[in-house]
Amino acid sequence: MTATPRTNETSAAAERVDNAPAEAEAPATVEAGSAPADAGVAPYYGEGPDTVARAASTPDEEQPFLELGLRDDEYARIRQILGRRPTQAELAMYSIMWSEHCSYKSSKVHLRQFSEKAPKSDTMLAGIGENAGVVQISEKLAVTFKAESHNHPSFVEPHQGAATGVGGIVRDILAMGARPIAVMDSLRFGAADHPDTKRVLPGVVSGVGGYGNCLGLPNVGGEVVFDPCYQGNPLVNALSVGVLPVDRLQNKAAAGNGNVVILLGAKTGRDGIGGVSVLASATFDAGSETRRPSVQVGDPFMEKLLIEACLEVYDAGLIVGIQDLGGAGLTCALSETAAAAGNGMEINLDLVPLREPSMEPHEVLASESQERMLLIVEPAKVDAVLAVAQKWGVWATALGTVTDSGRLVITWRGETVVDVPPGSLADDGPVYARPMREPSDLILLQADRAETLPRPKTGDELRETVLRLAASPNLCDKTWVTEQYDRYVLGNTVLAQPEDSGVIRIDEESGLGIALSLDGNGRFARLDPYNGAKLALAEAYRNVAVTGATPVAVTDCLNFGSPEDPTVMWQFAEAVRGLADGCQELGIPVTGGNVSFYNQTGAAPINPTPVVGVLGVMSDVAKRVPMGFSADGDVLILLGQTRAELSGSEWAWVTHEHLGGTPPMVDLAAERLLASVLATASEQGHLGTAHDLSDGGLAQALVEASLRHNLGATISFPDEVDPFVLLFSESAGRALVAVPRGREEAFLALCTERNLAHARIGVVDGRSGALEVTGQFRIPLNEIREASSSTLPALFGNVAGATGTATAEAASTDEAAQEPEGDVVQQADQAARAEVAAEAQVAADTGEPVDAADAPEGTSGDDAAR
Amino acid sequence: MSMRIGVVTFPGSLDDRDAQRAVRLAGAEPVALWHADADLHGVDAVILPGGFSYGDYLRCGAIARFSAVMDSVIKAAGDGLPVLGICNGFQILCEAHLLPGALTRNEHLHFRNRDQWLRVESTSTAWTAGFQAGQEILIPVKNGEGCYVADRRTLDELEGSGRIVARYVRGNPNGSQRDIAAVRNEAGNVVGIMPHPEHAVEALTGPSVDGLGFFTSVLAHLGAHA
Repeated sequence: MTATPRTNETSAAAERVDNAPAEAEAPATVEAGSAPADAGVAPYYGEGPDTVARAASTPDEEQPFLELGLRDDEYARIRQILGRRPTQAELAMYSIMWSEHCSYKSSKVHLRQFSEKAPKSDTMLAGIGENAGVVQISEKLAVTFKAESHNHPSFVEPHQGAATGVGGIVRDILAMGARPIAVMDSLRFGAADHPDTKRVLPGVVSGVGGYGNCLGLPNVGGEVVFDPCYQGNPLVNALSVGVLPVDRLQNKAAAGNGNVVILLGAKTGRDGIGGVSVLASATFDAGSETRRPSVQVGDPFMEKLLIEACLEVYDAGLIVGIQDLGGAGLTCALSETAAAAGNGMEINLDLVPLREPSMEPHEVLASESQERMLLIVEPAKVDAVLAVAQKWGVWATALGTVTDSGRLVITWRGETVVDVPPGSLADDGPVYARPMREPSDLILLQADRAETLPRPKTGDELRETVLRLAASPNLCDKTWVTEQYDRYVLGNTVLAQPEDSGVIRIDEESGLGIALSLDGNGRFARLDPYNGAKLALAEAYRNVAVTGATPVAVTDCLNFGSPEDPTVMWQFAEAVRGLADGCQELGIPVTGGNVSFYNQTGAAPINPTPVVGVLGVMSDVAKRVPMGFSADGDVLILLGQTRAELSGSEWAWVTHEHLGGTPPMVDLAAERLLASVLATASEQGHLGTAHDLSDGGLAQALVEASLRHNLGATISFPDEVDPFVLLFSESAGRALVAVPRGREEAFLALCTERNLAHARIGVVDGRSGALEVTGQFRIPLNEIREASSSTLPALFGNVAGATGTATAEAASTDEAAQEPEGDVVQQADQAARAEVAAEAQVAADTGEPVDAADAPEGTSGDDAAR
Repeated sequence: MSMRIGVVTFPGSLDDRDAQRAVRLAGAEPVALWHADADLHGVDAVILPGGFSYGDYLRCGAIARFSAVMDSVIKAAGDGLPVLGICNGFQILCEAHLLPGALTRNEHLHFRNRDQWLRVESTSTAWTAGFQAGQEILIPVKNGEGCYVADRRTLDELEGSGRIVARYVRGNPNGSQRDIAAVRNEAGNVVGIMPHPEHAVEALTGPSVDGLGFFTSVLAHLGAHA
């Protein structure tokens, strides 16, 4: 795969202004493409369109269903449904709606578990099957959130692929009646130093940033992960969250015979034709560059106008139903809205505003042009809707009406080109119980445990390992990426990256807010997909809990290889089972998400990568707990149980390039206990800092918490504990907290009362300017910062002015600290401004002997289903 | 009666609600102004907020400058109405020739969002009178095209006449000439600033509350001139 040269990577703007030439090129490329590339375009049929009448009279005409991704039996079923061969336009519609991407044909039988095992919830207003899940968070307000993948487009054309990924998920949120209020992104790339990563990463980041920034949505968190398994198949998972008054909830049903179907937003062009069937539902090969016309082109400005127009229409009560147009374009929106209401529709395709008048009906129906919504409007309110659209400068066109015929009938130039039952497209797609088989290498892989690898022994070796991990691409400072995202817009961002969760204020009066985290770990899932999925869930849950929020709901992006490979299908089934079981145990439902298959180049699939988003609620965001040390003298307490769990760890990967063994034990009861203690402690103001322990273990947690406000720590471990294990094990269910001195006793009493394993391991040390483990090593914070912050600039280009001094950096990432009850010794703000508080009292007491590895029993170690 | 401060919404304005919040927190009444409406509704001052007006597709601020409301703003600014342009608003003020110079693509070509230290250099404006000359403040900067440029004579003239309102310190985030973050017109009623004071008005959501000074300054200024 050669890198694709790009000349205008960061300038979506320029591409849009001068869009005429770009569009003129697109169809030419499509038509000139070789076999796989033009799969979205059926062959020319001769004079006039292929009408229903013509289809009935030419039953034996050969049709390119295989090229469109349909199997023989699927094609036969279409003929059976229609009682004739499909027209060209109908064939295009079935091929799209029955593609893996739209029909979930391989995953459906497994995804049912999310509903079957879902814990009872009074607050879930909309769930799986809707555009996004909706959770009520107060008497009047609800939140809707969802994650979605845009992996394949982002590999083909990183900037636009990622940009339209953000645009698509935002429209899902908008379609529920919500104002979108934030985005997050979980990104996975190939090896950090691979030449193609230099092409893909900057484009993806500028795409995510460019679209979200122009839309005015703060980006509040996510992940950036590197692993060679994503080399030919990066993952771009975007999450959006929105807020709505409970009574503004919208739905997609095209109810009401005689109601008008209105297309709102951008004109329809040839961009993205075949996106879902060609890009999302097939594996990459060497011809991928020629698929670029299948990637949509985004216009965030249009989407911003679309958002404002839709919200105005909602508030005025002008619509009956609404659906966004994304993958599968009009085909999906028309058939799903009609099917949801059990109705039919009559649509005149000539009325669709086109960028290119030469477009054929199947192209208009398949186009994935962005920034469009489909509205169902009562006839009396059509003028009012058009007036709102005009105010915001958005096209709005009545395309037809809802009928009670039960048929979706589409005409073009006076002739009927589509006449199908909409449910056959939207709901009756094929469902496969694909064969599954455990990968044959798994037993050997699991036997090759990282716990047996050579470990650093001396203090110097430990010191070197801490620095090496801090500088590794997966753990290093991600500022190079995140400073390309606006995290301030809308003025309600309470916490954003690199904090454990994004925390957003919803209600300025009461302080009601939400916390969101998006996490995955493909290595753990490779070693054990069932527990790997649970671990991803546990991490996202914990990341929400450490801020003090109460986790309430889950979304997911399930990224896997080809479902036609039985071992991939087994991984998928195991991961879904794990996630469904995990949600049941944690008592929080999956409210929606997406499945991305075919993430593989050639025969090698990616590591199975379930990415999990957890939503939490906070009654008062002023009580949120940040992840950075903020006050000198705070006592450091490690919560949870540390075991010698190194398989799949960042340490094993970075120092030995090793992946083997079984991932850390999952104990969701312990996660719940930890979360409940953190919630109580933050409510009572006991916590100055709380930071999740995950990748890189305690060592990395200490590094991150120290660098946040440039406040070091002095740690001391008891003699009988192996400092290596305590520093680098990735046991789940743990968090590091810093407790103000006056609060220590009360907090420890709370831990004891709830029977949560806890150990004092040191103090925040404002004077030392270093991270010190007594008797082992001491690393000045400047040295750690240098190691951590130079990795990405070295790989992806040093940005001028980015190399501020450590002090300036510390000050610039300063976070105004919470004020629990006034007895935090020193606020973060002052801490940063005073640079390092040299005069601050340093506690000599480094705590009781620690026994973290041997702390009170949680549950027995046999939690896994295996 | 509290002061009324207008915040213009162009298609593509993004920080308009933030500016309204800042006005409210400073103790004034925010008034939403619409790009297509030439009426300023009798406001005592106007803020042009951040965002991507008209998508910034031609050139930042180039289309917004021709909107109906801008005709009124330009005229009123000539009569002494305090006007603050933030980020995209600064770009619009330059396009409208209310301020000299131009904002171009960041030197490093990336959008950048960071908490930025500034040194306030001119306090003889309607929007910065509440600061002390030389005071260092911390407010967010976030832009893709925030690199301030002008010819040398203009820069010298700005320096000589004390019209550089704020400079970047401890690192220049976008390559602006002479570290310029904010400038004013001769009269001092019109100020353009690239960083976002409206994002530093609450301890909970901002890196500081230093930004509030811009909004309280204009209220004091209006009070003194009432």
